[in-house]
Amino acid sequence: MSKNKSEYLINRHDNQYEVVIGLEVHAQVTSESKLFSTSATKFGAEPNTQVSLVDAAFPGMLPVINEYCVKQAIKTGIGLKAKINKRSVFDRKNYFYADLPQGYQISQFKDPIVGEGKVILDMPDGQKEVGIERLHLEQDAGKSIHDLDPKNTFVDLNRSGVALMEIVSKPDLRSPDEVNAYIKKLRSIMRYLGTCDGNMQEGSLRADVNVSVRKKGSKEFGTRCEIKNVNSIKFMQMAIEYEANRQVDLIEDGQTIDQETRLFDTKKNETRSMRSKEDAHDYRYFPDPDLLPLVVSDDFIENLKSEIPELPDEKKKRFIEKFKLSPYEANILVSDIETSNYFENVIKKSDVKLATNWIIGELFAALNEKNLEITESPISAGNLSKLINLIKDGTISGKIAKTVFEQMMEGDKDPQKIVEEKGLKQESDPKALETLIDKVIDDNRDKATEYKSGKVKLFGFFVGQVMKVSGGKANPQLVNEILKKKL
Amino acid sequence: MSDITKQSLSQLVENIKSKKLSSSEVTKAFVERSEKSKELNTYITEDYANALNKAKKFDEKPNLDLKLPGIPMAVKDLFCTKDIRTTAGSKILNNFIPTYESTVTQNIWNEGAILMGKLNCDEFAMGSSNETSFFGNVQNPINKNLVPGGSSGGSSSAVAAQLTPITIGTDTGGSIRQPASFTGTVGLKPTYGSCSRYGIVAFASSLDQAGPMAQNVKDCALLQEVISTYDEKDSTSIDFKRNEYSKELTKKIKGKKIGIPKEYRVDGMPKEIEDLWKKGIEYAKDCGAEIIDISLPHTNYALPTYYIVAPAEASSNLARYDGVKYGFRAEGENLIDMYEKTRSEGFGAEVQRRIMIGTYVLSSGYYDAYYLKAQKVRKLIKNDFDQAYKKVDAILTPSTPSSAFKIGEKTNDPVSMYLNDIFTVPVNLAGLPGISIPAGHDAKGYPLGLQIIGKAFDEQNILNIAYAMEEKINFKNNITDWWIK
Repeated sequence: MSKNKSEYLINRHDNQYEVVIGLEVHAQVTSESKLFSTSATKFGAEPNTQVSLVDAAFPGMLPVINEYCVKQAIKTGIGLKAKINKRSVFDRKNYFYADLPQGYQISQFKDPIVGEGKVILDMPDGQKEVGIERLHLEQDAGKSIHDLDPKNTFVDLNRSGVALMEIVSKPDLRSPDEVNAYIKKLRSIMRYLGTCDGNMQEGSLRADVNVSVRKKGSKEFGTRCEIKNVNSIKFMQMAIEYEANRQVDLIEDGQTIDQETRLFDTKKNETRSMRSKEDAHDYRYFPDPDLLPLVVSDDFIENLKSEIPELPDEKKKRFIEKFKLSPYEANILVSDIETSNYFENVIKKSDVKLATNWIIGELFAALNEKNLEITESPISAGNLSKLINLIKDGTISGKIAKTVFEQMMEGDKDPQKIVEEKGLKQESDPKALETLIDKVIDDNRDKATEYKSGKVKLFGFFVGQVMKVSGGKANPQLVNEILKKKL
Repeated sequence: MSDITKQSLSQLVENIKSKKLSSSEVTKAFVERSEKSKELNTYITEDYANALNKAKKFDEKPNLDLKLPGIPMAVKDLFCTKDIRTTAGSKILNNFIPTYESTVTQNIWNEGAILMGKLNCDEFAMGSSNETSFFGNVQNPINKNLVPGGSSGGSSSAVAAQLTPITIGTDTGGSIRQPASFTGTVGLKPTYGSCSRYGIVAFASSLDQAGPMAQNVKDCALLQEVISTYDEKDSTSIDFKRNEYSKELTKKIKGKKIGIPKEYRVDGMPKEIEDLWKKGIEYAKDCGAEIIDISLPHTNYALPTYYIVAPAEASSNLARYDGVKYGFRAEGENLIDMYEKTRSEGFGAEVQRRIMIGTYVLSSGYYDAYYLKAQKVRKLIKNDFDQAYKKVDAILTPSTPSSAFKIGEKTNDPVSMYLNDIFTVPVNLAGLPGISIPAGHDAKGYPLGLQIIGKAFDEQNILNIAYAMEEKINFKNNITDWWIK
């Protein structure tokens, strides 16, 4: 598709097109209660059981800002290295829909709580900086359920009023892979901060994707289309690919692109026009007169700064500098807060290099096979640490360790106990090994003679025999040494 | 005691506290008079049986330390009352029964008062004559077929006709002061943020304010002291030191500087109003106040500004009445059709007019020219007052440009109707307290009111000035009970 390995270009005839992508990510704020009411926010509750009079917009009900959600938004802003606006304003975005009880969504339009920031992506050919335009707080709508009844639509207001952060990127993304990396990085930062659980299946993270194309080298942006409410990275990538190609085809065909809102049909893998610019809603934004401007002090922000944990970029740097990990290894280990916590727990009492290899290698493979998250790992960090120490001090060989590891995966057993119970301890007593080796040489006199006459390849045969007779427990290094002497 | 309903709130409180009267006796008297006064159409919902029961219960175990011990009271139907239908004067809430209580009414019940019923008002408080109510016109007890003012027309009529010893209204552009002026009663619009808006059906959130309506200034002060509390449930509620207004009430206003704004001498103002104002100035001087001419240069722009800001907020506040969750619903072919039918049938003409104006001024392309500009002018109007208050302690104006008019006289002329609020609207735009007190009669014998505007949070000062002037004016309302057969 393109000359440069990392460059994503669409070729048509003699033309090469670059794809320009900007994302509006909607991230649900991790909070026990909603943005302007005290209702609970648990996912999967019975319909309409987490709805207050405020959420259902009863007459005379008034919104009261949830300070915790404000803190979460500011923390996220700090994590995005963004400017925190000490004064922000809540506006009403007016439109009618059955699952929007107030007839307006409280959002932030002109004065968001967080201004410009940035996110660093680790791409195969190096780092890339993606600009953040803004982050604002807003209410989620309820849910309309159209498929429970042929005539009626059901409305569930549990989600109505839940706090969302809308994080708007600059149009800095250039490929589906960058979108993938961006979403993952954003998710990672918010999970480190504890401000959004990033659960895309539960809708905690969704995005509107703005796509345009332009001839390579052009400075002007093309006309963009907005693809609404895409809820998985895979679908985002598919939608971008489809949409970019659709736009290129139109241009190549001499047609113009209409600025419009489109929907991604996941079954047909295509985007479809939802409404044109002319039909776009006039949301009649104006400052919500029920709420005063939100003003936060320097102290308030400084206090939150002091609560910010080490974030992935800083952690990665530390892992590389302090533990001599490769950038690749460090990236993998910091990508998720749970993984990095696990890693740091394991290396508290064991060798870093071995721990890195075992976590990235055996553990990830085993978890993957069982479809488990690191938090669900049957092997605790403490026990993996013990296993690594057993290898390090020569109690067991790497090979035996794999057997022990498999048994640990069945349930979080102490590796020391497994080794003892199953008698898997490595035989490292030279005398015992000599006896063993003498017997093997005795039993294979003819081969020993051949070896001595120059058939050195037979050395491997003897090692194998010794290991077999020892039940795999003989210390391979010592076996080599003694065999060399004896033969 | 046949003259129970003629007693002021303060007298009733005293008589109940001294056990000369029981709550049951008082409640029964007001219920009976209310029942004889159906022709005034002041009530939308009556709750007499419950009121009498509550009075009986109160008498069984009277708590006489309360500020409103066993006092029966009807309130404007804009306040949500738990388990009692609350309509806001609209068909769209005809069947709406709240499960919750507004903060202001809760404060009243907490002080021992008893709900008698819900009083008529203009639909969603949009009107100056109570003629936009889905539940029909209210008669002014002053004379047959005279409007009681609006939007708190049921409240003003009920107080003037002595169907309730006192009541509460709401005031977005004059809806307490104008009806008070039309009925010869006292009405206070407190500083924005003084009384919680929680549980009050919203008209224009940045202007709405609840306030007391009474037969005299002292009663007004007592009720203000009860209803004004800081409330965390209303983000615009302000936590300031609230006085015990009735206890601190004094007629000693010697040396108070009272401003007379020249811009309130509007074109075509009836001579009667001009004369009333002059008389008011003399009364104030008699009380020892110093009169100072002032200028509020942006007064002319207050009415147009108000008729942009208030409808803009209303158009959004009323979006929730969509037939989906509660209230009236018309059947439709689909969602949009249901919305259109519900809102066309559920809202009256004036409410629809304001929703349309509000929608228009907020629309993209018009927002800057209307809404944004109106917000800027609003700031200028507030600055006018700030400047004036560097020189004076309060401002004296007429409450309305005319006395009460006939039912039907202005219904086809919305602009002429809107002009009723010309003297009251600037006060709401600036968030200030204002009180209307009866000060005289016009040639027809209809009452006329004077308005005293105060500094923010300075309710005590305007109550004191009103209290002092009230004595000098010695106004007598001429109620003939013409509606009682």
